[in-house]
Amino acid sequence: MSYRIHIEKLEIDFICQANQTVLECLISSGKRGIQVGCRGGGCGVCRVEVVDGDYSVRPMSKAHIDDQAAAKRQVLACCINAKSDLSLKVLGKISKSIQRKYQ
Amino acid sequence: MAIRGVLRLGEIAIRVLDLDSARKHYVEHMGLMEVMSDESERKIYCKAWDEHDHHSVVLREADEAGLDYFAFKVFNDEVLADLEAKVIDFGLTVSRIEAGVYPKSGRRIEFSLPSGHLMQLYAEKEQVGNTLGTRNPGVTPDEGVIRGLCINRLDHCLLGGPNIDESARLFREVFDFDLSERIEDEESRDSLALFLTCSTKPHDIAFVIQPEPGRFHHVAFLLESPTDVIHAADMIGKHRIPVDVGPNRHGVTRGNTIYFFDPSGNRNEVFAGGYVHYPDTPTLTWDTSQMGSAQFSQDNLPRESFLTVVT
Repeated sequence: MSYRIHIEKLEIDFICQANQTVLECLISSGKRGIQVGCRGGGCGVCRVEVVDGDYSVRPMSKAHIDDQAAAKRQVLACCINAKSDLSLKVLGKISKSIQRKYQ
Repeated sequence: MAIRGVLRLGEIAIRVLDLDSARKHYVEHMGLMEVMSDESERKIYCKAWDEHDHHSVVLREADEAGLDYFAFKVFNDEVLADLEAKVIDFGLTVSRIEAGVYPKSGRRIEFSLPSGHLMQLYAEKEQVGNTLGTRNPGVTPDEGVIRGLCINRLDHCLLGGPNIDESARLFREVFDFDLSERIEDEESRDSLALFLTCSTKPHDIAFVIQPEPGRFHHVAFLLESPTDVIHAADMIGKHRIPVDVGPNRHGVTRGNTIYFFDPSGNRNEVFAGGYVHYPDTPTLTWDTSQMGSAQFSQDNLPRESFLTVVT
């Protein structure tokens, strides 16, 4: 099963397999838009907000995603698998420099 | 100076988000030996094959990744008592932990470093040996003892935080470490990273500047040779372990290295080689004009993740 992932503002689209994390699929696509860090839910640099779509999530460090953030559908892209097409907004550090480049 | 004070990094306690995936990583894939577990506290205790002490790595399930504490072993209880007074004189608050509170371990003292890390010292830990025995031990353990990434022992850790000059001053003035290497800003001369040794290794602990206190950059494990680093790279690839920096050599320490992450995002390193340090070896200084070659000398490229990705 595969889904289409859209990153808002950067206007990047990539295909994501259901059995791989969203960040893994972005890396595999060769595209850039979300900072790649530890890929284990510990460092927090790949923080995104899921604006639209369903996903499953594995444990993420509460230092970066507390209950309040999780309730706002904020997640670490390395810890979610898509269950439908997704639309994401980048919250991590790299978004500003990349957005500047694209604007 | 023979090594009769602080001996080595003897124990590191790491928080993991899921104990089962941590066990798969550290025991099954990396090849550490699980020597004890505590299911109620969600902890496992591990050692590398060539360590004689009962354990050196403690993994605890928690809702945040990062470092719980690290502990250096000292030569004996007299050294421990002497250092307790000196740490207090330095200005830190010291608490005492009775023998047995930490399993298989004698009494400990505990204090927080200026960089925000919880540190302990202890003199005693039960020894279980390296499987070879101590009389006519031979050199090669049985099949299956050395496995995974072929790790010989825990080597060092790199910790991130503010006030790293103060943490380094504690290690130099109180614990008799030498400053083997230093990375500084080329204009301000501010310290960016400090590398300290209490042995003949190029470093036993290091600090890197970070805005938040108590950050964990990595824990490193010693391999026997650069050839073993390449073997480790094959195993890391086979198991799809996320790699931060593939096989390379550090400018600082000259060690052969791979950086990778555990399933909770804590950075690990396998390390081999490096020069021999003596107390009269001069401190080596690198500055930001050479960040690439200071970090990784085979491609001379600095890695942004090296300074931004911590737990």
